Amino acid sequence: MINLILIFISTLLINNLVLSSFLGICPFLGVSGKIESAFGMGMAVTFVMTLATSISWLIYHLILVKFGLFYLEYVMFILVIASLVQMVEMFIRKFSSNLYQSLGIFLPLITTNCAILGVALFMVARNYNFLESVVFGFSGGLGFSLVLLIMAGIREELVYADIPKVFQGAALTLITAGLLALVFMGFSGLISA
Amino acid sequence: MREFIKGLWREHPVFRQLLGMCPTLAVTTSALNGISMGLSVVFVLFFSSLVVSLIKNLVPTQVRIAVYTVIIATFVTIVDIFLQAVFPDISMALGPFIPLIIVNCIILGRCEAFVSKHSLSASLKDALGMGIGFTWGLFLLGSIRELFGEGTILGFKILSSNYNPLIVMILPAGAFIVLGFLVAIMNSLEK
Repeated sequence: MINLILIFISTLLINNLVLSSFLGICPFLGVSGKIESAFGMGMAVTFVMTLATSISWLIYHLILVKFGLFYLEYVMFILVIASLVQMVEMFIRKFSSNLYQSLGIFLPLITTNCAILGVALFMVARNYNFLESVVFGFSGGLGFSLVLLIMAGIREELVYADIPKVFQGAALTLITAGLLALVFMGFSGLISA
Repeated sequence: MREFIKGLWREHPVFRQLLGMCPTLAVTTSALNGISMGLSVVFVLFFSSLVVSLIKNLVPTQVRIAVYTVIIATFVTIVDIFLQAVFPDISMALGPFIPLIIVNCIILGRCEAFVSKHSLSASLKDALGMGIGFTWGLFLLGSIRELFGEGTILGFKILSSNYNPLIVMILPAGAFIVLGFLVAIMNSLEK
């Protein structure tokens, strides 16, 4: 149990996917303009990530390990993710057209969100068991949403600031992300290894 | 020729289009890592563009993204196995970021936005231009971070041993900040 809590806290704050492993930077830069769409994106990623990690774990350990098909690892992971994303897209389109419109083209792009594939790869590399993998996937998604929301909040305020022209847009967003990463380094003392 | 040149500067994948940010930021702790990642991307991008261009008319639109991704994943697996066998050190240093080339938006983005609308030869030139543009972007970022973080470039000592390394440059925060300034510099050069 304590193990699961440690995985949760360390993935959420200390080894945050975005700020320390650089996973999911594209949506992090692209969808962090408004809090509302950041929230939708965060939830979609959390959902897909938790499901994708669980299913990838099952397929990896029950099929690939059993038959020694390790070279199919990447192809299999990406297929699981691509089909899951398709499902989530159909689900959101049916139940919330507002959310569907605000997420726009970014929903299909979850397929190429490296955070989701990254979590599946880390899960294999770190030899997590099934329960640990589910917690890892879930907390990874929450950590992504957390940073995305903080960033969206900052950027909504930055709109009113007087910024030199060359720094407008991506440049300032990257530098803000850098400062945020420095802030999150403060969490690294939270758990002593 | 125009298709090739544009990836090097005017539509540079890293500084202009902000594509492929994850490996850009993650592996550029040193110049060598930057080049290795860049060349791996050139290989995958070139051969994925080739295959996608050849089969694009056979693939139904609804499943094209999935098909493209599987093609890309195949070439990435080849690169991964090759690096593990021939350059185990580089393979260790790049770690999970080699498999993550699969979801590098440069590759899927070019397949989707360019290859699907252009001829084979234009697509291959575009792929090479974008790939080489990506590589020099990574090399520049890696060199700056290595120079200030350790006082070396490609392992050669540049700054005197009195230089006190800025550890932050090697850390994730440094990657974001250096890239932010580089993008700003590119913006000002453009004007």
